[in-house]
Amino acid sequence: MASSKEYFVVPGRYKQWTLGLIGVGVLSLIIGFILYGGKDQGARWWAALLQNSVYFLLITNAAMFFFCATTLALAGFNMAFRRVTEAISASVIPIGIITFIILMCIVFGGKDTIYEWVNRDHVANDANLLGKAGFLSRGFFTVWSVLSIGLWTLLGVKMRKMSRSIDDKPLSVQEGKRFIFKNTVWASLYIVWFTLTVASVTPWLWLMSIDPHWASTMYSWYTFASTFVSGIALMTLFVVYLKNRGYLEYVNHEHLHDLGKFQFAFSIFWCYLWFAQFMLIWYANISEETIYFKARFEGAYIGIFYLNFAINFLAPLLIFMSRNAKRNYATVTFMSVLLVFGHWLDFHQMVFVHHFPDQVQLNLFDFGVALGFVGLIMWQTGRVLSKFPLLVRNHPFLKESIIHHT
Amino acid sequence: MAFKKFVVGCFDEEGALFAAVKKTRQSGYKIHDVFTPMPIHGLDKAMGLRETSLHTAGFIYGITGTTTALSGIGWIFNSSWPLNFGGKSHFSLPAWIPITFELTVLFSAVGMVMTFCYLCQMAPFVKKHHFHPRSTDDKFVMVIECTDKTNEAAVESFLQGLGATDVNTQVAETGWWLGRYDKERTPFGLKSTQPAV
Repeated sequence: MASSKEYFVVPGRYKQWTLGLIGVGVLSLIIGFILYGGKDQGARWWAALLQNSVYFLLITNAAMFFFCATTLALAGFNMAFRRVTEAISASVIPIGIITFIILMCIVFGGKDTIYEWVNRDHVANDANLLGKAGFLSRGFFTVWSVLSIGLWTLLGVKMRKMSRSIDDKPLSVQEGKRFIFKNTVWASLYIVWFTLTVASVTPWLWLMSIDPHWASTMYSWYTFASTFVSGIALMTLFVVYLKNRGYLEYVNHEHLHDLGKFQFAFSIFWCYLWFAQFMLIWYANISEETIYFKARFEGAYIGIFYLNFAINFLAPLLIFMSRNAKRNYATVTFMSVLLVFGHWLDFHQMVFVHHFPDQVQLNLFDFGVALGFVGLIMWQTGRVLSKFPLLVRNHPFLKESIIHHT
Repeated sequence: MAFKKFVVGCFDEEGALFAAVKKTRQSGYKIHDVFTPMPIHGLDKAMGLRETSLHTAGFIYGITGTTTALSGIGWIFNSSWPLNFGGKSHFSLPAWIPITFELTVLFSAVGMVMTFCYLCQMAPFVKKHHFHPRSTDDKFVMVIECTDKTNEAAVESFLQGLGATDVNTQVAETGWWLGRYDKERTPFGLKSTQPAV
């Protein structure tokens, strides 16, 4: 299967776009620092950095989750575009480093700019925060962040390495069985760690502790659903891009249909968690809990609140409901872009409301920083895609993907 | 009651069946239906069946469920029997969503099951003609529909040429009729016409 389209050759315009977007990001950071760096100890600037870095880290990490979950399920349908998943998950390395630096700056910067629990004098006079002091402390935060990002990176590297190790080595049936078993073992380790981080502790630490008095056990699942939908959308965008350039010869509308189904299904899952969290708090009407929704549901952010619901639930529900929409490259591309933006907006209202409850801060600065991260993902994904063959040609399940039919 | 004449052939495996379906359509014969022991991927496409509209029906049932729930609860809590739940307003949309969701799912699920049964002509106390008893066991049965001008012998030899076994011609009712499979072994509607073959 040695065709000329075996390796992705990064086109010149792709490189220009990548560098341009990273340039826009860096420029936005500088302009943002000039504009907002001095005010309120730079809360506006740090909040934008936190929102964007965590969001883009979690959506690239969702690609590795998809990789491992499909490995554990012994799924074959995704083999035709598996290298795309791998390449996107490689972006966890640079974005993970950036996120870690940002988190450490916020926590050890000496000021309680974003996380008020950093200020120990304040915590000592606050019975609620004192009860959480073991969890919301610099030590635990640092250790858990190192472990989260570190193990995502290491297990991701291991999974990618195993996948690439058989590129030049056709497997016999026995070797194939052993290969699959080894993959499932490592994938299950990743999934367990993913559950302990993205699906429970990490979003509590990184995002929920911005409102340290408020707690929701659903918060992390809700964050996970948000990032998984947009992670699938990101994968879809790369698959469609490569398909348009004439790569990925075995990907057809059957695979697109599957990606569309994932986006559709997990948008509904996201809305289920989003609504469950909201409705229980709304119904119980306990002031410690409703404080979180005061600014979001009744204050300045009500527009974003309903826009979030419309983009991330109503749009995929109605547009993706029919089979033909999920098999159409144009609608799927449109919805993917919309969902990546919609969940970015979701993260915006997660991070910003606590510090800026009176007025929506969203402006070009936030979009500039987001574009910088998009450029970074494009740069890393394009680089990794061009290094390795685009087809997992010796994988035992490849045929299943080629004849895949729904 | 609409009796028609059919030529029936059995195949042992999917591969032969797909080739036979393709050749039959090329030769211009009209395939009435293909009966298989299990669902076969791609057979609908090979037979040239149109895409089912069951999902459209499901959407309509779902919307009906949503409307029923919202209008029902809205009427009850706002005009028929307004109650005070913890000081919430009578028009409390978030509290209605779970029931609305349940009714949407219930309407679409029950509606789609019943529509499916209707489309496949399956119901309790209703019978349909079986072209071959082993179509539910291990045989892939293809049924070709005949017109007045069809030469059955030619169709039979055509099917045998494709590798079909148990080829025969049957006159059968195409629809469904009241009756039970466990009580009467012979479909009553066919008693007079069946020996005509």
